[in-house]
Amino acid sequence: MEFSEIVKLVAERFGERIVGVVAEAIDPWIEVAPAATAEVARFLRDEPRLRFEFLHCITGVDYLQTDPKRKIEGQPRIELIYHLGSLVHKHRLVVKTTLPRWKDGVEGQLPEVPSVSGVWSTANWHEREVYDLVGVRFLGHPALERILCPDDWTGHPLRKDYVMPLEYQGIRGR
Amino acid sequence: MTIERVDPELAEFDVRTDEILVNMGPQHPSTHGVLRVVLRTDGEVVLDATPHIGYLHRCAEKIGENVSPRQWIPYTDRMDYLAGMNMNLGWALCVEKLLKLEVPEKARHLRVIIVELNRIASHLVAAGTYGLDLGSFTPFMYAFREREKIYDLFELVCGARLTYSYLTIGGAMADFPAGWLQKCERFLAEFEPVVDELHAVLTDNAIFIRRTAGIGVLPAEMAIDYGCTGPVLRGSGVDWDLRRDGDPWYTRMYDGYEFHVIAETDGRYPIERPGHPVPRAAVLGDCWHRYYVRMLECVESMRLIRQGIEKYARAQGGIGEPIKLTQKLPKGEVYLETEAPKGQMGFMVVSDGGAIPWRVRARSSSFCNLSVLSELCRGGLIADVPAVLGSLDIVLGEIDR
Repeated sequence: MEFSEIVKLVAERFGERIVGVVAEAIDPWIEVAPAATAEVARFLRDEPRLRFEFLHCITGVDYLQTDPKRKIEGQPRIELIYHLGSLVHKHRLVVKTTLPRWKDGVEGQLPEVPSVSGVWSTANWHEREVYDLVGVRFLGHPALERILCPDDWTGHPLRKDYVMPLEYQGIRGR
Repeated sequence: MTIERVDPELAEFDVRTDEILVNMGPQHPSTHGVLRVVLRTDGEVVLDATPHIGYLHRCAEKIGENVSPRQWIPYTDRMDYLAGMNMNLGWALCVEKLLKLEVPEKARHLRVIIVELNRIASHLVAAGTYGLDLGSFTPFMYAFREREKIYDLFELVCGARLTYSYLTIGGAMADFPAGWLQKCERFLAEFEPVVDELHAVLTDNAIFIRRTAGIGVLPAEMAIDYGCTGPVLRGSGVDWDLRRDGDPWYTRMYDGYEFHVIAETDGRYPIERPGHPVPRAAVLGDCWHRYYVRMLECVESMRLIRQGIEKYARAQGGIGEPIKLTQKLPKGEVYLETEAPKGQMGFMVVSDGGAIPWRVRARSSSFCNLSVLSELCRGGLIADVPAVLGSLDIVLGEIDR
């Protein structure tokens, strides 16, 4: 199914909660409101014409300007990118959602988004990884723990303002 | 005095067992690297298996956003270090897609030859060490002897035996040296009978079949749900291979090539070995099938290499020019998956228009394949855990990145 047809189906169902469509990118994407991710995900998987039963990847991208030479567009934010695929229909889709860098603007409070681990089991580990490295809290995740870093690690390394700790368990960091 | 005879199966019920946590790894020969699995056991039965990963985490993605794409190629080598060429290719194709950079015809065939050779090498490790895990030492020697020959061939093209950085963005670092294709053909001629030898010592081995057939059955729906790919997915009978079904940017590398996707459909494999049917005890999706898919893929890879050699010899033009280190990337983001030996390896690059990517991402196939481990081990025996783990063929360098 072509991207435009997929967009039509999803937009019919979710209307306002689809907040953006970019068709001219190399990988065209739709953007959904953060609160609607799990619901949209379930629809994308179960709708017989779509059948996105395969979640390839979840990526978190931190947009924060730390280097004056590298300008970013728009507000500081965190983007979650879901790459979906269908083995039956052989089509693909990119779904994005944009979160604030901190919940309610309070530094240290991780932004929250509904988990899709109930829709695709792949998401279980991928969301743990995003939580670990990018710092996003997935609501409804069965066990949101760090996966690559040690449990007692502080900070989320893939954030642009992350500072490498000077010491960890007696091991010098710098 | 008479000894009362008790049915031994009934006597088992008298033995009270407690749940015991058994820690397997991170230094354990059958975990294929630094993987720790915590097993909750009741006697010999595994109630739960929880993998703990991250021992080999080297922040590859963080490094990627501080170096230019070509500088990141050596880091991709160190992900799946048993298939470095395939990792190089995945990243190169991803960045090339963003740059809309097409490689010359000759480079395309060079890449097919190289990555398929590496696929064979990776599958040989999988099969050889799998035998080792299950207590059979001989196949390991056969497999590693052949793997060494492939590494010799790689050494001739790029000087390295494990971490190549050979396929690069824009083509390859160097052309094949003189006489290399003949050496490659000689290898294929030598390797072909070895596949049958491996089948004889492993595939059709009665003990091996008893250790793997019907163990760790992964239904197709569960494989898809957990994002399993590669031989793990195809071993469950899903006819899906990115070389045929993937992104056009990737599949056109295989344009004009003929090959089968190895998966059991309608009860039979595309390649049949006369006189050696699938063992009766094997269930679709079990360890034996995952192993068998890899073995048959070696045969398909040989076919692809032979076609590649022929096409390469006829192709015109050079092998492409690597991009400059300071080459600016256009603004945008690209995600591309390729069919690596262990599954679908995805790379993503997000660019803000500079020479250094804003964000890079590596989607690991072994990462997803391993996540299904607890489902496969639950309810099985402790002795089956290495059998299941080996059949998933994971590489920790790729899982932890």
